[in-house]
Amino acid sequence: MDLKEKALSSFMALEQELDLSSPIHDIRLSSMKTFEEKGFPTKKMEAWKYTSLAKLLKTDYGFFPKKEATLDLKAVKKYFLYEIDSYKVVFIDGVYSPFLSDTTHDGIDVCLLSAALTKPKYKKVIDQYFNQVADKEENLTALNTSFAKEGAYVFVPKSVVAEKPIQIIHFSSGEQGDFMLQPRSLVVVEENAQVQIIERHQSLAPHAVLSNSVTEIFAAKNAIIDFYKIQNDRADATLVDNTYVAQESNSHVKVHTFSFGGKLTRNNLNFYQNGEHIDSTMKGITIIEDQQHVDHYTLVNHVQPNCESHQDYKGIFADKSVGVFNGKIYVDKIAQKTNAFQQNNNILLDDKATINTKPQLEIFADDVKCSHGCTIGQLDEDALFYLRSRGIPKKEAKGLLTYAFANNVLESVAIPALKTRINKLIAMKLGVDLGHDL
Amino acid sequence: MLTVTDLHASVEDKEILKGINLQVNPGEVHAIMGPNGSGKSTLSTVIAGHEDYAVEKGSILFDGEDLADLDAEERAHKGIFLSFQYPVEIPGVTVTNFIKTAINASRKAQGLEDMPANELLKKIREKAALLEIDSKFLSRSLNEGFSGGEKKRNEIFQLAMLEPTLAILDETDSGLDIDALKIVANGVNKLKSKDNAVVVITHYQRLLDYIVPDYVHVLYNGRIVKSGTKDLAHELEAKGYDWIKQELA
Repeated sequence: MDLKEKALSSFMALEQELDLSSPIHDIRLSSMKTFEEKGFPTKKMEAWKYTSLAKLLKTDYGFFPKKEATLDLKAVKKYFLYEIDSYKVVFIDGVYSPFLSDTTHDGIDVCLLSAALTKPKYKKVIDQYFNQVADKEENLTALNTSFAKEGAYVFVPKSVVAEKPIQIIHFSSGEQGDFMLQPRSLVVVEENAQVQIIERHQSLAPHAVLSNSVTEIFAAKNAIIDFYKIQNDRADATLVDNTYVAQESNSHVKVHTFSFGGKLTRNNLNFYQNGEHIDSTMKGITIIEDQQHVDHYTLVNHVQPNCESHQDYKGIFADKSVGVFNGKIYVDKIAQKTNAFQQNNNILLDDKATINTKPQLEIFADDVKCSHGCTIGQLDEDALFYLRSRGIPKKEAKGLLTYAFANNVLESVAIPALKTRINKLIAMKLGVDLGHDL
Repeated sequence: MLTVTDLHASVEDKEILKGINLQVNPGEVHAIMGPNGSGKSTLSTVIAGHEDYAVEKGSILFDGEDLADLDAEERAHKGIFLSFQYPVEIPGVTVTNFIKTAINASRKAQGLEDMPANELLKKIREKAALLEIDSKFLSRSLNEGFSGGEKKRNEIFQLAMLEPTLAILDETDSGLDIDALKIVANGVNKLKSKDNAVVVITHYQRLLDYIVPDYVHVLYNGRIVKSGTKDLAHELEAKGYDWIKQELA
C-alpha cells in the first residue's frame, strides 16, 4: 500500500470518530476527493520542480498516535521562548498537551481548533473563516484539510492588543514510530487588533516525521500581526508548511521564517491582499548544511491599488545543502500604485552547495513599482583578509562575515527576547562567539 | 625587524612589485611615498599576507623568520598590523566585540587564556580616551555607516588595542580632516616605543608633519627609487612626483 492509499484508508478510519453531520465534515470529504484526484505533488509540477518528496513518501508513516506520549517540561523547555511570559498551545504527536500549554479565553481566545470546530460558540467564526483562504486545489493543503481536526485557534477581537506573544509548538515524540502530522491552525485578528505569534515544529527523537501543516491567518482592517516561524529541527524531520494570509485595508502582516535545520523544509507562504494600503512583509534567514533542503515558495497577490509587499530572504548553504527560492508576485490590472519589493541573497560556502532562485513577476497594471533582485556569491575575499589581518583565523572570520550577511534580517523582529535567541542560534550555527556585550 | 629583499609580487599575473628592498628596525618610523599606482598598497598588502598576491621572487623576513608560508592571521599573531585604506563594514558585530575577538584570537595563538573582561574594558577605555573616541561609538556595528574619518580612527583604535610590533598605516590620512588627523597622529606617536616600528604609506606629505619619519622612501613603478630623510618628503611636496620621474628618465 503506498502512502496515498494509506491516507485514503486512514481517512475512512478517521470518519469513525467524527461527527459526520457537521458541515466541517463536508469540507473534509470534498478535500479528500481533491487529494484523491491529485495525489502528492511531484517534480513534474512547476511549483515542485526543485523539491522532490518522492523518497520521503516511501516511508510507511503512521497517521494516528498508537499511544499517549508525555513529555517532561525540563527536557523540552529549550524549545520554548521561556524568557518571556507568553500563551502557549502545545501538541505532542498531534494531540493537545494541557500540561505544557497555557491557553486563555480572557479577552482573546487562544485555544484548540478541535474545540473551535465543534463548540457552538465558535461556529460563526469557523463558518466565516475556516478553509476560506487556504487553496482548496493544492494537493497537500487538501490532504491537511481532510484530516483537519487539531491545531491552534487564535481569535483576537476588535481593538484588542494581545498582551503577550502566543507560542504554538508541535512536538513529535518519536514514540509513534514514523509518523505523519496534519496540524491545522486558524488565526483571526479583527479590526484594530494586534497579536504576535511564534510557531515551531520540533521532533524529539530519531524517527521519520512528515508534518504537513496548514495555517490560515486573517487580518481585518488596521490589524497588525507578527508571525515568526522557527525551523530548527532534527535531520530526519520534514516539514511542509502551508501558510495562507488574507488581509484587509490598512493591515500589516509580517512573517519571519528562520530555517536552520531539518531534512527537508518547504514553506508555501501565500498573501492575499483584499483591500487598500496593505503592507505584507516576508523575511527569512536560511542557514543549512549537510544534505538539508529548504524551499521557500512565496506568493503575493496584489489585487487592490495602493498596497505594498516586501520580501527579504537570505540564504547560507554549506556542504551539499540545497536551497530554493521562488517568489511570485502577481499584480492585477486594477492594482495601481503597487509597491512590491523582493530580494533574495545567497552565500554558498562550499562548492557542492546549491541554490535555485527564481523571481516570478506577473504584472498587469502599468503604474507600479516592482523590484526584485537575487544574488549568489561567495564571501568577499577582501573582507576576509581584513579580519584575518586582525589575527582572526580563517574559519572564524568566515563565520563572522556570514553572520554579518544574515544579521540585518533580524532588525524587524519585534520581540527582543526572540531576537536575542535567533541571534544566538545564528552565531552558534556559524561558529561565531559573540560572547556577552561588555 | 622587517627585512624585505628583492621582493617581486604579482596579482592576477600582473607584476606590481619589481624588486623591493627595505630594512625597518625597532624604534624607527619609515614613510613610503609615491604616485598612484606605484605599488604602495600592494607592498603593505603583501607584507600582511593577502592570498591573492603571489610573491614571485625575493623574501620578507620578520624578526628573522621568513613569512612566506604564514597566513595573514599568523602574521598578525607575530605582531604585524595593517591599517586599511578601505576598512570593511561588518553589520551586527560591535566594535567592542570585534576587538575582543581579535585580541583573544592572538592570545589563543600564543597559548594564553582570553583576556579577562575587566582588564579588556579598562584597556578599551584607556585607548578610546587616547583617540578621543566616544563610548557610544564602541557599541556600533564595526564600520557600518561610519564616516571616512571614523573608519580611520577606528583602525588606529584597533592598532592601539592590539599593540603590534610593526604597524603599517596605508593611506591613513585620506578622508581625515585636520583635527582628526592630529588626533590620529598623536595616538600613533604615543604608541611609539623603542621596541616597535611604524611604516606610513601616504601619497601626501601632510601626515608626515605629525608622524615624523626617520626615513622616507619613494616607490615608483614597483621599485624604491629614492630613499632619504624627512627632507625628501618636503622636496617631493614642493616639486611633485614628476621630478622623480624626470630624474629616472
